[in-house]
Amino acid sequence: MFTSNPFAELSVSIPPIVMQTYLTVMIFLVLGGTLFDVIHKGSAKYFFTNFRKSRDQGSQVNFSTKASLAVQTIASDVLTSSEFCSLKRRIAHLLGMYGFVFNVVATFMMVMFYTAPNSITPAIWPQIWCIGALMVCVGGFWFWFFIRVDVSAEGLSPFRLVRADLFILSLLANSTFALIWAYAQSISSSWAMLFLGFYLIATTVLFGSVPWSKFSHMFFKPAAAFEKKLSVENGSRNNLPKPADRSNAEDRDRHSMVLLKDAPLNMGLGIKREKPNHY
Amino acid sequence: MPTFVYMTRCDGCGHCVDICPSDIMHIDKTYRRAYNIEPDMCWECYSCVKACPQNAIDVRGYADFAPLGHSVRVDRDEDKGTIAWRVKFRNGTEKNFLSPITTKPWGTAIPQLADEPEPSQEMRESQLLFNEPKYIRFDDEGLHTLKSNKLAFKEGVCY
Repeated sequence: MFTSNPFAELSVSIPPIVMQTYLTVMIFLVLGGTLFDVIHKGSAKYFFTNFRKSRDQGSQVNFSTKASLAVQTIASDVLTSSEFCSLKRRIAHLLGMYGFVFNVVATFMMVMFYTAPNSITPAIWPQIWCIGALMVCVGGFWFWFFIRVDVSAEGLSPFRLVRADLFILSLLANSTFALIWAYAQSISSSWAMLFLGFYLIATTVLFGSVPWSKFSHMFFKPAAAFEKKLSVENGSRNNLPKPADRSNAEDRDRHSMVLLKDAPLNMGLGIKREKPNHY
Repeated sequence: MPTFVYMTRCDGCGHCVDICPSDIMHIDKTYRRAYNIEPDMCWECYSCVKACPQNAIDVRGYADFAPLGHSVRVDRDEDKGTIAWRVKFRNGTEKNFLSPITTKPWGTAIPQLADEPEPSQEMRESQLLFNEPKYIRFDDEGLHTLKSNKLAFKEGVCY
């Protein structure tokens, strides 16, 4: 299972051209769905309006600084999901994100280039495909049953389903059924076709439901992170106060701060709020 | 002045849901982000605004006394023990305030409830709350009042 291309084995019963056409349709569904989402919600318009508002309120930021902020956004917010305040959520998100990317890239490579009858798939692609799906399952099920805010903060049952679950559930179903199907096929089980059907349904729902699901969040989240960094750089800070700096005499010697004059700079756990895990 | 959430900044961590004393901050069923389910019932305590790690919650002033263009935002920094406010008036005037979060010595105001003995059956059947006589010092020469302690209210702000 970890070394053989499951799509090459499938090409015995389904012609490669059908698989490649299906994959292409899925790519167009994502592109079309995202464009529809951007137009329908007006998210691009919203971000440009915010950029202009932030620019008008703060000082000018030159192009090189903007480029540096864009690189920081990619390195910090996109590649390492630094937006999450909870470490558990961040790890679960990274597992899901990289697992999904690995799985999708490996699927594309194996379906597009290694489904011909005489082609030999390099062992690395099935391995990446399996590891990606496993990563999605680990991160996704951890999130679904334990970290999800509906469960951890709202105290709701993990089995209550709402529209916000469409993306994560279809992603989990996609990866889970992909692994089960690949395993069933590798042991020549008669259940393989059934799980292939489930896998295809989950995949179609995942990529076809972009306008209704949270799939397109990966496109606007970087824009939101960049806007936040830009507002800090130009001084407008979205109207937030500048962070206190008690090592600075200006802040330390304020009349209102006299009670903290001799207090340690880092207050430690004495005043930390409890994490919202009260259910 | 009900609160509202900038959905693009919220990461759905649930801190506001947990802290809202009116239980009106909830998680949206479509995007799994926080939102105020009943703005009319918001008493502007700013708990959620201060608790939000992403500064994604803001307060919208009613137009009759807080015309468009103003802004009151807060940043609560637990590590530094400070709370900062930035007030922008409609005419461009800006005021910045910075204060300690609490005036108690650090770490002394946390009740160590786990160290307290379990309530006896008599305490359970009593109308008083857990450890109430002790905490209001009622068992120490009756109810303590300003008068019994020979104190009186002072006018103005005292430090």
